[in-house]
Amino acid sequence: MQVFDIFLLEAVVNGILLGGILALLALGLNLVFGVIDVVWICYAELIMLGMYAVYYGHNVFGWPLWLALVFGVAVVAVLGALLHQFVIRPVLAAEPINQLLVTGGVLFFLQAVATLAFGIEFKNIGIRLPQLSVGEMYLSVARLIAFLVALAGMIGMYLFLTRSYLGTAIRAISQDRAIMPLMGVNPNRIFLITSALGGGLAGLAACLLVLQYDIHPAIGLTFGPITFMVCVMGGLGNMIGGFIAAFIFAQFISVGGFFLHIEWGYVIAFVFFIGMMFWRPQGILGSK
Amino acid sequence: MLSVSDLTKVFGGFTAVSNIAFEVKEGEILGLIGPNGSGKSTTFNLISGALAPTRGSIRFGGEDIAGLPANRIAHRGIARTFQIPRPFRRLSILDNVALAAFYGHAEHPAREKAYAYAREVLKLVNLPSDPAARVDGLGAAGLKKLELARALATGPKLLLADESLGGLDESEMNQAADMLAAIRKERGITIIWVEHIMGVLMRVVDRCIVLDYGEVIAEGRPDEVAHDPKVIEVYLGTDAADVQKTVADRAT
Repeated sequence: MQVFDIFLLEAVVNGILLGGILALLALGLNLVFGVIDVVWICYAELIMLGMYAVYYGHNVFGWPLWLALVFGVAVVAVLGALLHQFVIRPVLAAEPINQLLVTGGVLFFLQAVATLAFGIEFKNIGIRLPQLSVGEMYLSVARLIAFLVALAGMIGMYLFLTRSYLGTAIRAISQDRAIMPLMGVNPNRIFLITSALGGGLAGLAACLLVLQYDIHPAIGLTFGPITFMVCVMGGLGNMIGGFIAAFIFAQFISVGGFFLHIEWGYVIAFVFFIGMMFWRPQGILGSK
Repeated sequence: MLSVSDLTKVFGGFTAVSNIAFEVKEGEILGLIGPNGSGKSTTFNLISGALAPTRGSIRFGGEDIAGLPANRIAHRGIARTFQIPRPFRRLSILDNVALAAFYGHAEHPAREKAYAYAREVLKLVNLPSDPAARVDGLGAAGLKKLELARALATGPKLLLADESLGGLDESEMNQAADMLAAIRKERGITIIWVEHIMGVLMRVVDRCIVLDYGEVIAEGRPDEVAHDPKVIEVYLGTDAADVQKTVADRAT
């Protein structure tokens, strides 16, 4: 019985660590949706490109890892801004379905471009972090780092949004976009900055995922659906809701996987999600 | 300071504003009046840059600002309030105003300076400036004050005030009108005021412009406008006698 409890505890702790990375994944998407009111369906593909950026920086150009990671964040931040300027901006006033379709188109475009440019073979940066043993539990150091960075990223984002003028403007523009110019604010500039920030958060997620997963052009499909589900369950655009939902989801996956089989963890989490859509379609903290 | 000429705005087949021309002198309070749909709000939207004119020029301080983006016009020194207040409800009262103080000036001031300016403006309109004061606690009069404070915080030379009195009781109305007069007097801000409550407007404005179907049909001092047969016919109607009395009381 003693051993059983330790393994369960290990599953719970691993779930918490997984929750951190899910929360970070959700943060960028929620920021963009909350402020610009557009869902980047291609969000996980930006992460995929960020992972390739780290790989190319470190393994092809031979840069030190830290520089490759910074490069990864920067590349995705720029991609976020470009996505806004050239894809989102022209459809800002369009129907939501058109916005979804156009970013959905970008998803397949990015996958195809990645396949063309990088090939379909799996790549990895060749760094495997050890397992950490705490008592009788084994925890992934990569996940622990991811959890801590995700936590720091979220606290940083919170401070930025509440303590700086730019952050205040970002919160304000999410409430009333049309009135901002009267206060001397150029809305497109704020949207571009928000998109670059959202991209930067996706890039940060890419840096953490590249430590744990092999890279291939379709890897976005591994993280994309679960990121959307976390966001929707937390209430799209609601950053705190997304944060809570990430940890709930992660526990379903981790503990569910412990009791049954690892794949079952995902099945249970998705069933829970579908159930939630009947029970609280507006999300945990959603208001409508 | 503001000179509008040949200003026209066409929406599809509907001409909302047609060839209007008027001047606003520095330091005056100009009433912009007329029936619903006569083009007052469109005129405000054109001056503040929310809409680009189909034709015509808007010269402010000697430069043509017609068609500039609204944020650039705000930096030039034109602010506006809305008929229905549009505060950022999830920001504090102070943050609402400080945001305008910061971004509203072309040279963004330092953080402390913007907050100090926001506090000063809040004091002017009698709203609490403590960081914990929430927008949710404000009633109709408070929301209108906040709307005004936010416009003033951008440091305007010209204020476009849109129906600031709707939804207020009589003492609140008089207070609000006095506040506009004080803003002009103490800060030297020129004001164009769109308002339906003539009894209050006519007490404060120096001059009126009357719009009907997108055209200027009369212009002049309150007593001239109040006795203008055309204005009485299209706008004042049975209220004409009351308005004339207000204007007469003011003279004495």
